[in-house]
Amino acid sequence: MENVTYSVEQVRDKVSQAFPDVVFDDARMEARRLYMTADRSILFNLCKLLKDELGFCHCSLVSGVDRCDKFQTVYHITSYESNITLEIVVDLPHDEPVVDSVTPLWGGANWHERETYDMFGIIFKGHPNLKRLLLPEDYKFFPMRKDCSEGGL
Amino acid sequence: MAEMWINMGPQHPMTHGLWNMRVKVDGETIVDSEPVIGYLHRGWEKMVENRTYPQIIPMADRLCYGSSFTWSHVYCMTVEKLMDIEVPERAKYIRAMSDELQRIGSHLMWLAAIGTDLGNLTVFLYATRDRELFLDLFTSLCGARMTYNYCRIGGVRNDAPENWVRDLERTLDYFEKRLKEYDMLIDKSKLFRMRMEGLGYMSAKDAINAGITGPVLRASGVKYDIRHNDPYEVYDELDWQMCTHDACDTWARYRVRMMEMQESVNIVRDILKKMPKSGPIRVKPPRAAPVGTAIARMEDPRGESLMYLVGDGTDKPYRLSVRSPLFVILSATPQLLKGSKIADVPSILGMLDVCMGETDR
Repeated sequence: MENVTYSVEQVRDKVSQAFPDVVFDDARMEARRLYMTADRSILFNLCKLLKDELGFCHCSLVSGVDRCDKFQTVYHITSYESNITLEIVVDLPHDEPVVDSVTPLWGGANWHERETYDMFGIIFKGHPNLKRLLLPEDYKFFPMRKDCSEGGL
Repeated sequence: MAEMWINMGPQHPMTHGLWNMRVKVDGETIVDSEPVIGYLHRGWEKMVENRTYPQIIPMADRLCYGSSFTWSHVYCMTVEKLMDIEVPERAKYIRAMSDELQRIGSHLMWLAAIGTDLGNLTVFLYATRDRELFLDLFTSLCGARMTYNYCRIGGVRNDAPENWVRDLERTLDYFEKRLKEYDMLIDKSKLFRMRMEGLGYMSAKDAINAGITGPVLRASGVKYDIRHNDPYEVYDELDWQMCTHDACDTWARYRVRMMEMQESVNIVRDILKKMPKSGPIRVKPPRAAPVGTAIARMEDPRGESLMYLVGDGTDKPYRLSVRSPLFVILSATPQLLKGSKIADVPSILGMLDVCMGETDR
């Protein structure tokens, strides 16, 4: 990747040009932070654009959130050249939590996606080795879901 | 020769924590490997959903006992971001200073561990003894040797004690001399260098794609340090140099960490110069956080730590997700180990500074 730096506004414009459906949270935009919401059908192509053309070379974190009526996967992706960390929120229906894996793009997402599957039961399509990571392999439930209570306190 | 799998762990002198490195060997050469983790999984992220915001600070300390201040720091920064709190200037300096002291303490613990890994007990004893000086500093600052419970949402718990600057300067003067001694003891020792040079090669491109951060990334020649590229607290006002190395091997990782200790000493000296002499150290935070999300990231001694917090308007987090640097680095160990000899595993993995508390959570 040649050393081209982009400002947050330039990244925002380039993304909305290629994907007009992506919703940006402009109120929270800062010099090194960008927040957006995308549909799961375009997630992989959006990430490919970010990585190949805008230099977002590092996947910081993939996490899941159980919103009770839906699941969310949240991606934090960093550009080392432009010093921007952006957040992509993807909504998934509760009865069909399936989303494309970004591990083919960023190897660093591998265990984060495995952990999210382990804890929430979200299926990452195209992941090379989607099996339980932290919990034993014969576990029957997904403990980070909100309907799985901790007990005690 | 027939290939076979060998378990290095869960109980093994190499592992530094409870995890299992399965390696597939052809004779003595590693052809494949698979890290198995989860032995220390406590359900941290689920537990915090049932605790109030201040109750989580001591739990964040326990993510890694070796660098507990940095973990409670990144947690407090995340909550402050969500609650939109501005921390007083003096508290920011105290936090940055504690971060750097913690970095030295954490790196010294790593140095002690690789000393025994590479068969030299002298390094272990020297590093442990010097680490004790920094633990003494923390004891006088907040009363605890390891899990400090010192960072607070909106500042720090208490101001530095009387004579703090004097004690700190004495320790730093002494420690700088000791660092030169380490250089003579290790850098000039052929035995150490033979066990480090040329091992565990990882190019910058592979390291970035694998999500590797921190000293291991900088040892692959990538100039990226969150303190410099995405500064938090007061790091943009401080005068310091990023430590990188181009060799991409185990030796480079060792050198980067040793250079970082020296750089941390320089940063602490700079902080002492620029820190306001008095002033408030804490603001009172609200009890409940608003509805919304927040992230904060910082340069942990081991790499990039990041927390993603979802607030739902109550006094408990709806979701708190943790990015642990070692979690990602461990996932890349098969790439590091491939082609090495089995006797080099302790050297290569020891140089990553493995901490299972933050990996398994």
